[in-house]
Amino acid sequence: MIIDLVPIWTLLIGLGVFLYVLLDGFDLGVGILYAFARDRAQRNLMMNSVAPIWDGNETWLVFGGTGLLAAFPLAFAIIMPAVYFPIFVMLLALVFRGVAFEFRFRDRESVTFWDHGFAYGSLIATLAQGIVLGSFIQGFRVDGRHFAGSPLDCFTPFSLLTGLALVFGYAMLGAGWLVLKTAGKLQSYAREAGKVALIGVLAAITVVSIWTPLQDADIAHRWFSWPNLLFLSPVPIATAAVAALEWRALSRDEIAPFFYAILLFVLSFVGIAISLFPMIVPHHYTLWQAASPPDTQLFLLIGTLFLLPVIFVYVGWSYWVFRGKVRGDIGYHDG
Amino acid sequence: MSLDPVLLSRLQFAWVIGFHILLPAFTVGLASFIALLEGLSFVTGRDIYLRISSFWTRIFAVSFGMGVVSGIVMPFQFGTNWSRYADATANILSPLFAYEGLMAFFLEASFLGVLLFGRSLVPRWMHFVAALMVAIGTLFSSFWILSANSWMQTPAGYKIVDGRFYPTDWTAIVFNPSFPYRFAHTVTGFYVTTGFAVAGVAAYYLRKARFVEEARLTLSMTLWLLTLLVPLQMVLGDAQGLNTLRFQPAKLAAIEAHWKTERRAPLTLVAIPDQNAETNRFAVEVPELGSLILTHDPDGEVPGLKQFPKRDLPPVIVPFFAFRIMVGLGLVMLTIVLLSIWLRVRKRLFETQWFLTVVQFAVPIGFFAVLAGWTTTEVGRQPWTVYGLLRTADSVSPSLTGADVLLTLVGYIGVYAVVYPAGFLMMRRIVRAGMSGGVETPIGGGRSASPVRAQPESSEQASA
Repeated sequence: MIIDLVPIWTLLIGLGVFLYVLLDGFDLGVGILYAFARDRAQRNLMMNSVAPIWDGNETWLVFGGTGLLAAFPLAFAIIMPAVYFPIFVMLLALVFRGVAFEFRFRDRESVTFWDHGFAYGSLIATLAQGIVLGSFIQGFRVDGRHFAGSPLDCFTPFSLLTGLALVFGYAMLGAGWLVLKTAGKLQSYAREAGKVALIGVLAAITVVSIWTPLQDADIAHRWFSWPNLLFLSPVPIATAAVAALEWRALSRDEIAPFFYAILLFVLSFVGIAISLFPMIVPHHYTLWQAASPPDTQLFLLIGTLFLLPVIFVYVGWSYWVFRGKVRGDIGYHDG
Repeated sequence: MSLDPVLLSRLQFAWVIGFHILLPAFTVGLASFIALLEGLSFVTGRDIYLRISSFWTRIFAVSFGMGVVSGIVMPFQFGTNWSRYADATANILSPLFAYEGLMAFFLEASFLGVLLFGRSLVPRWMHFVAALMVAIGTLFSSFWILSANSWMQTPAGYKIVDGRFYPTDWTAIVFNPSFPYRFAHTVTGFYVTTGFAVAGVAAYYLRKARFVEEARLTLSMTLWLLTLLVPLQMVLGDAQGLNTLRFQPAKLAAIEAHWKTERRAPLTLVAIPDQNAETNRFAVEVPELGSLILTHDPDGEVPGLKQFPKRDLPPVIVPFFAFRIMVGLGLVMLTIVLLSIWLRVRKRLFETQWFLTVVQFAVPIGFFAVLAGWTTTEVGRQPWTVYGLLRTADSVSPSLTGADVLLTLVGYIGVYAVVYPAGFLMMRRIVRAGMSGGVETPIGGGRSASPVRAQPESSEQASA
């Protein structure tokens, strides 16, 4: 093998995970905000705004998971047992919120039960994903090619904080989506909710950004040594600027709140990538050490490079079909 | 007894995959059926196909949603509970899993939204295409996941370095020796499962004299399909048996509870296999039939369990009985099909009440057969995850304690015990509500500029 495929796969997995966070992020966020909806009509609209696309969004989780297994199997084999319980909780929460779409509207006697299933399922799945993220940043106890700690190690104050951060983050994305897809009272509610979420996001980003270098000398060195400080300073500065734009947009724009929320996620994602690169199992294995052999990476890459553009075309098309404000007469309805 | 993380992880995997497989067993066939109906409606312009299709699409929506969320659970099991298996096999199996996602899941998920909610938003032919894409997606999915499963049964195209598998020949890996047989047998089994479920609902309507025109068409179509597929499935099953004899002789011997390697071997119809004493109790045998069926030669040699080390054998009693349940159900299916031919010739198919009752009660028969077949092949693979190469006991995550796994197992049992019965009740409710209410009026020519006042998807949904 002449070309090193690891950078390509790093970008592809990064893209897959990011698209998952973004896409399922906004529909999980709609689920989090769902708990605060005023009445059933609003809940119907909120659910219908994501009903045709949520399962495509969740498919990126499978892409991220199987892609990680394929390109960096050692990372998968170490990380997954380490986050055993949050993954378990996330999966069950996703089961509940996933079936709630159909069940809520078929099972009128238990509509409140499935409403709770959707809202709490979304909230708990998000919290669990944030805990996975936090414990990933903190790193795991590793012995050779195995996770050597306890499955309870991942529950730390820091990981609970990142869990909370992600709840605010997804809620912000969900609010942006609802501003885009709804009108009237529901849209006004989404604007207010978006502002609350944005404050939570900024508080969480600030605390995480201070805490992370404090607990990890490598990360502190990465950000605060010269000349890195110069090259990397645009990231926090841009974050502050985008946050200000998001605040303003939430008051008056239709599309911009969702757009700036995405941009905030991009910047946070870049920040994490800068902190951790080139480690895929922090403190233990680099991307190259955890990579699968070139034969495996090439075999999957050929198909992926062909299929991903096709996937983008029909995923884009399916969003296009359901474009515009969500309508009461399409999807699930009370009649 | 101390809690064994290996046994508990196996139980957990069996639990989550056992429930998951019920849904593809249904949706693979149902997606094709819906695509066929949408195609017939598009070509003939007859509304009846659309009414039947709309009805089954409502059932499909419930079952597919459950299939998606129970399916997302699966790849994570490899990491959380089977990390040493993941580390050892990822170089070979992970691209197959990833290709399943890339080729199937995105296709299904994207076009499903349009199939379920988009009838009034896209042209009629596009809605048919959406149904077709969902159906093709389910088949792609079956292709890749069964290729991966088959590789674990009959590994090929690999080398082992430092206890991990490395690919040497991708064609040999994907099209490993048991894959073509397993793919044909499993997918046909899925179609048969759907066929009996659909036919049973149609029979129920005929018995109640509801939606008679739709029910007759549905029953006739599905029984023709089953007339073709049930005998074909038996031929395919026989072919897979020959393949198992060649590549997994210990599994075949366990399925037949056959202890002594011999020619002119008898066929054990029923018995209680006693693994410790290496013999069968209360055996009912037919002389020489074993060799004839298993090798297609009355003088053929059938391997016996005693020729393999004891530690390389599966728990014989499980595949032995699971296989007999599967074959027994297959014979019941064949009987139903033969009866349907006889009644059709006499033009009494839709009027014979006892037959309709039988067909109605046969709704779950395919699901039981699929579970029995799956149990046969998966328990028969034990004590290996990769047959003959990687032991199940060496596959589990080393960090897990029995208590950890017990906790999650209880969680999966608890949640599935709520969600699956709820899903079943939901589908039963859709069936009771019936095919009435007709179809949303399809709007030709795509999306209009002003908001369209589309018909509700169906009247009883609107009033539900």
